Amino acid sequence: MQTKRMTFSSRWLPYALLAPQVLITLVFFIWPASQALWQSMLRQDAFGLRTTFVWFRNFERLFDNPLYLASMKTTAIFAISTTLLAMSLSLLFAVMVNRMLRSREWYTTFLVWPYAVAPAIAGVLWWFMFNTSVGIVPYMLEGFGYDWNHRLDGKDAMILVVLAAAWKQISYNFLFFLAGLQSIPQSLLEAAAIDGASRTKRFWTIVFPLLSPTTFFLMVVNVVYAMFDTFGVIHATTEGGPAQATNILVYNVFRDGFVNGNLGASAAQSVILMGIVVVLTVVQFRFIERRVNY
Amino acid sequence: MARIVMDDLHKVYPGGVKAVTGISLDIADGEMIVLVGPSGCGKSTLLRMVAGLETITGGTLTIGERVVNQLEPADRDIAMVFQNYALYPHMTVYNNLAYGLRNKGVPKPEIDRRVQEAAGMLQIADYLDRKPRALSGGQRQRVAMGRALVREPAAFLFDEPLSNLDAKLRVQMRVEIRQLQKRLGTTSLYVTHDQLEALTLADRLVVLNGGQIEQVGTPMELYRRPGTVFVAGFIGSPAMNMIDMAYLRDRGAAPSALPAGTDLVGVRPDDLSLTPGEGPAMALQGTVALLEPAGAESHIYVTLDGNAQPITVRVPGLPEVTEGAAVVLHAPLEALHPFNSASGKRTG
Amino acid sequence: MVENDRFGSLLAHLILILGVAAVVFPVYVAVIASTHAPGTFLQGVMPLLPGSHAIENYRTVIFEGRAQAGAPPIGLMLWNSFVMAMMIAVGKIAISLLSAFAIVYFRFRFRIFFFWVIFLTLMLPVEVRIVPTYAVVANLNMLNSYAGLSIPLIASATATFLFRQFFMTVPEEMLEAARVDGAGPMKFFKDILLPLSITNIAAMFVIMFIYGWNQYLWPLLVTNDERYYTVVMGIQRMVTGGDSEPLWHLVMATVVMAALPPILVILFMQRLFVKGLVETEK
Repeated sequence: MQTKRMTFSSRWLPYALLAPQVLITLVFFIWPASQALWQSMLRQDAFGLRTTFVWFRNFERLFDNPLYLASMKTTAIFAISTTLLAMSLSLLFAVMVNRMLRSREWYTTFLVWPYAVAPAIAGVLWWFMFNTSVGIVPYMLEGFGYDWNHRLDGKDAMILVVLAAAWKQISYNFLFFLAGLQSIPQSLLEAAAIDGASRTKRFWTIVFPLLSPTTFFLMVVNVVYAMFDTFGVIHATTEGGPAQATNILVYNVFRDGFVNGNLGASAAQSVILMGIVVVLTVVQFRFIERRVNY
Repeated sequence: MARIVMDDLHKVYPGGVKAVTGISLDIADGEMIVLVGPSGCGKSTLLRMVAGLETITGGTLTIGERVVNQLEPADRDIAMVFQNYALYPHMTVYNNLAYGLRNKGVPKPEIDRRVQEAAGMLQIADYLDRKPRALSGGQRQRVAMGRALVREPAAFLFDEPLSNLDAKLRVQMRVEIRQLQKRLGTTSLYVTHDQLEALTLADRLVVLNGGQIEQVGTPMELYRRPGTVFVAGFIGSPAMNMIDMAYLRDRGAAPSALPAGTDLVGVRPDDLSLTPGEGPAMALQGTVALLEPAGAESHIYVTLDGNAQPITVRVPGLPEVTEGAAVVLHAPLEALHPFNSASGKRTG
Repeated sequence: MVENDRFGSLLAHLILILGVAAVVFPVYVAVIASTHAPGTFLQGVMPLLPGSHAIENYRTVIFEGRAQAGAPPIGLMLWNSFVMAMMIAVGKIAISLLSAFAIVYFRFRFRIFFFWVIFLTLMLPVEVRIVPTYAVVANLNMLNSYAGLSIPLIASATATFLFRQFFMTVPEEMLEAARVDGAGPMKFFKDILLPLSITNIAAMFVIMFIYGWNQYLWPLLVTNDERYYTVVMGIQRMVTGGDSEPLWHLVMATVVMAALPPILVILFMQRLFVKGLVETEK
């Protein structure tokens, strides 16, 4: 790892400087994570009187549980839909805004502020718009003959949460796409124009490939967001329903742990989630760090 | 004001790279010593070792009467002018100058006196309230020097301070630095890769190559009697022409009275002329490849007959030669520099 | 671009205006809803134009809260959110500055080890360790307290990495000149490094404040005393608690108030915010 040419040499000072962060990390991150690992291999009996060490039985149970498998499927659908929707719309907006000169900052301001809205609040807002009794969207959809009801129809519920989750992420993706677009040298596009490439062709053969690091990075971030940060969206609106239609993995961990009190299962799920995050983060970090020079 | 004595200094980096090997130098009080050499020769490393920014692997360094090997830079009574000025961007010029003094606990009135005095000497008194980003390159350079001045140290250390300035400013600042140093009489160690700067600034010049000293002497000594092939080629612009003795013997142009062991003869472009002079001389025949008028003088590029070696000639004014013409170049014998290419050293 | 593409430009503007409208619409709807009287919603559809009960609704929600809307007065929740967000933002920044300083400017044993320990936190978002972290906080008696709300969220690898990256770009000579000027490590940190980092600190502050304010899951778990509810999590109780239809006008008023501070922060510090986001992820 790179260091400065010249450094201070003190016996104790660096440790003192690191202490706060390391301490908090140990107490509130590492210790609980190891607890989760440990607990995932335990099983409590119904009365909480005895705990036995059961190795990977909890994990096996999870994968035998149709509810859990359904939750995985739900999460996959949710994550992919949200990512696709959020990324394609934000790319579209970024490309459009990149053409502008004078109105650029203005449009950026308007597209960026949803980042400030908590996922839970985003959920509530869309929930309100789609509300079966008072929502404006069902009202309009009725005119088209579609009876919207996310309380009964699992598909409708999924659409609702995907919309709410994606809405929020559009700002974030937009900013990064815009930055990526702006880092593409104008001279490349001008050379292509002279070579006779139309605007669309220029986009797909030059801009899009050059944007691929940003795209890849955003894909990972979006998937992580969809899998973890969207707890608030689900909890504040559909609560996993109707009938587990929107029961994503992270919501299930919460339910098993805090509502059902099934600690072993909850811990096992936590461990699985940890594994997924580790893989995603390592992939992202490796990919990014390689491209940075100081 | 102090003597600086380097006794067999060594610097080896972890990993085995030898940056500086066996440097011994005795710098008198008030002397301006210039360290010059190509990139990577160790001159900056040596300077930083004196400053305390690099550790000394072997040997002793004495500033004044103290051995300073283990001392922190701030305790060595030195001041440094950095190549990129290293001004604190968020502080005013005044605070930039005062910072070091404040850290040492110098009382406020004294700080103010020194800052005002240095600012006056460097003509930056009008800028004391400004921040570095509001200053031009030359002004920033002066502030960097001011920071060194106010400390009233035993020695000034300059790390290529002029290399970021444009050519004209460089010449002007060079003169100012020299005048300032003479007026203050502070011992100074100056690093540069520009041989002209070295020649004009130094009381004594130290040419470094590959971490070792090639030659030490006054600028004129090094110019008139370079001790090694390297110094001969490095000092003086355009560079000295080097001709093989074998070629000279073939052409029957070899001077007779050269010291034993000479197989390379050096002659400066300004010692060559197109017309024969008086006294014993060496003659070379060649063709004019290019004529380069340069105002008060001209450079003529000649290729020698027989081996097409390029030779540079420097003459005043504009000579009447055409490109492609055959010429005879004359060099007085006393202007020849004899070398042995195996040892790299001067033979006589 | 090279060609003059009037139609294309027009299309672009159109798309963007539609986009902005779509993006703004949910909040517009919420603001409108918060200005109407309770009875409007029973008719089955939500109005599109502002009503006249804005002040009344907001006053109710800020000061009375409980009986009407199913949650404590928002004033208190807003305050809790503010304290939590500030503690998280300031805490994260302070800790990360110190850690980044140690990692970049010192050479010491276990440096790489500590770097990875900090990096680990990136891989353990709170959602992944909720039960055991809750247990730790409970054991430390930190439930229902500002400390419990903020401290577990304070160790942040992102801020540390951002500052580390920034410190690496500070010229070497800055430190050398400072050492020649007699500055020790902490003096250097205070006099030189910190002032140079102000923009980055501000950018980080924006992001961290928003992050802290918008916390949902953690406050949900760690507080069951209404006095410590934060406004973002408090909303949930208004929406899904009970069988009766939520009092939308009040809920929306709460939503607007909950969403407003971070939005204002972004709007006023947009440049810093953009910088902070883009630089963090490098």
